Amino acid sequence: MSASDAMPRFLDAGEAALVVEFGSGVDPAVSDRVLALDAALAEAAPTGLRELVPTYRSLMIHYDPLQITRDALVGMVEERLSAPKTRARKAVLWTVPCCYEAPHGEDLAEMAEIMGMPAEKAAQIHAGATYRAYMYGFAPGFTYLGGLPDEIAISRRTKPRPPHDSKVVLVGGGLSAIATFSMPTGWYVVGRTPERLYAPERASAFLMEPGDDIRFEPIDAATFAALDRRVEAGEVVARRQGQ
Amino acid sequence: MTGTLSILSAGPGSTVQDGGRHGYLRYGVTGAGPMDPLAHAVANRALGNPAGAAAIEVSLGGIEITAEEAPLTVAVAGGAFSATLDGQALPPAVVVRLEPGVQLRLRAGAAGCWCYLAVAGGLDLPLVLGSASTHTRTGIGGLEGRALAAGDRLATGTPARVSVAAGAIQAPLLERPAETIRVILGPQDDFFAPDQIASFLAGPWTVSARGDRMACFLEGPKLTHLRGYNITSDGIAMGAIQVPGEGQPIILMADRQSTGGYPKIATIIGPDLGRLAQARPGSTLCFRSVSHAEAVAARAEEQAFLAGAIPVEPLIRTRFTSEFLLGLNLVDGYVDAHAQA
Repeated sequence: MSASDAMPRFLDAGEAALVVEFGSGVDPAVSDRVLALDAALAEAAPTGLRELVPTYRSLMIHYDPLQITRDALVGMVEERLSAPKTRARKAVLWTVPCCYEAPHGEDLAEMAEIMGMPAEKAAQIHAGATYRAYMYGFAPGFTYLGGLPDEIAISRRTKPRPPHDSKVVLVGGGLSAIATFSMPTGWYVVGRTPERLYAPERASAFLMEPGDDIRFEPIDAATFAALDRRVEAGEVVARRQGQ
Repeated sequence: MTGTLSILSAGPGSTVQDGGRHGYLRYGVTGAGPMDPLAHAVANRALGNPAGAAAIEVSLGGIEITAEEAPLTVAVAGGAFSATLDGQALPPAVVVRLEPGVQLRLRAGAAGCWCYLAVAGGLDLPLVLGSASTHTRTGIGGLEGRALAAGDRLATGTPARVSVAAGAIQAPLLERPAETIRVILGPQDDFFAPDQIASFLAGPWTVSARGDRMACFLEGPKLTHLRGYNITSDGIAMGAIQVPGEGQPIILMADRQSTGGYPKIATIIGPDLGRLAQARPGSTLCFRSVSHAEAVAARAEEQAFLAGAIPVEPLIRTRFTSEFLLGLNLVDGYVDAHAQA
C-alpha cells in the first residue's frame, strides 16, 4: 500500500476536535489528500460538524460530540476516503502583483547574497514559480505557500528581524508566504503586494482557499503605489482564473 | 427596551466576548470568545439570553459600570470576584437591577481570573466575521477591536424576558476547584515516553504570571521529547497543551493561533477549560487523563444545565440586611433616596 492511499491516523484533540493525519511533512501528495477530504466534507457536511482546518499534512475537524459521536464521524470520514476519487482540488490560479523593488523588497538583496546570486535573479526566480496556498495560519490571512524553487529555498533567520510592513511576501524555511499584518519575523521580506488577502469589512474577507495556486506578477514601485490606492478604495487587484 | 451600559473605569484586559468567532480558523482567524465559556454562558442564561450573547469579560483589573437613562438587568458570574452595588457587597454570582447612576463595581476577589458581566438583551455591537468577540491582537470585534476603557458606552439589545428577578445565581457547576484538570491525551502524545506522560500528569504545575488570553504557561518538571520537538504545523484546538523545546507546557487558550508547530501532549476537555482559565498565577495543579466518553459525559451535563432555567435564589430569603436589599433597589421609590446618600 503506497503512502498515497494508506488510511490516515485519527487523533483526538480533546473531545470536540479530530485530527485526520495523512503524513508528517510538507508534501504536495499529502496536501492533495487533506484538501480532497476537506472538500468532500464541506460539500455534504455531517450534522455536528463545526469547522474544517486543513494544514500541510492533516485536517482538523472541529465537531460537537453531543450531535455526532466520534465513531460516527470517523465512519463518515472513512466512507468519503474510500469513495471513488473525485477531483482533488479545484483548478484556481491567482495572479498576485508583487513589487520586489526598493523600498518594498527590503531583504531581497540580503537573501540573494546568501543564496549567491544578484537580487534581480532571485526576484526573477521567485516570480517564475507557481505556488500552492497550503494553509492559512499564524494570523488572519497569513498564507503558507509551497513550491519555492530550490535555488532560493533559504532557511529561516536564526534571530527575527524587526517588524515588517503589512502585505509583504516572505521566503524562509524552504517556503514562501504572504503576511497580512506587520510583525517581527524570522523570514526574509522579498516583496510587497498591494492586494489585501484579509479584509474583514469586504464581502469576501479572504480571497484564496487553501489549495489554490498563486503566481506573483512583478510590478515596479510606481505601479505598486497606483494599485495600492485602488485596493485602499476597496478594489481587488489580484486576478482569479479557473472555476 | 434597549439601554446603554456605561464604563466608569476599567483595568487592563477587560473585553467584550460572545460565543466566539466560528468558521474562520481555516483562514487563520482565532476563535476568541470567553476564557471561561461555562461562566460566560451561565451569566447570559441567568438573564434568559442565549448562552453565546455578547457580554463583558472582566479581567483581574476589575471594572466599574453604570446604566444610562434606563435601568438594566445585569448578571455577574465567574471567578469569586468582589462585587459591590454602590458600595454594598453582593454575592459573586448574582443578578441585579442596575439603576441609572448606581455603580456596579467588580474587583479581583478571593479566587479566579475572569468574571463575566452580562446584560439582559446582550450587548449590541457590530459583528466582524460573524462575531462580536474582541481579538485585540488583530484589532477586530468588540468595541473598536480593543479592551474596554473609562468613558466607553455600550448599547444593549432587547431582553428576551420582560423582567428577571434579582438574586444569587445557583450554579454548583461553577464551583470548580482548579487542582485537577481533566485532559484527553494527544494528538501528539506519541512524542513522549510513558514516564514523561506520567510526569506531565502528576506535575505539580505552577501557573506562571506570563499568561494572557492567548496562552497559559506552566512551570514544573522539565518534560523531554522522544524524537525532537519540531512538527509540521497542524491544527490547534482550545485547551491544547503544547510542549516546546524547553519542556515547560504552554496551554493554548481563546486567542490562540489556529495552527502551530510544537507537539501537543494532551488537550484539556471542554468542560474544564474554565477551571484552568480561572487558576490564578502562582496556584498549582495537576492533570488527570480521561477517556473521550468521560469528556463527552461531562459536556452533556454542562449542556443540560445551561439548557434549563438557571436557578436564581431571591436575595430576600438570604442573610442580607434590609439596608442591603434597599441598596439593590428591589423596592421602587428608594432609588432617589439612595442616590442622595
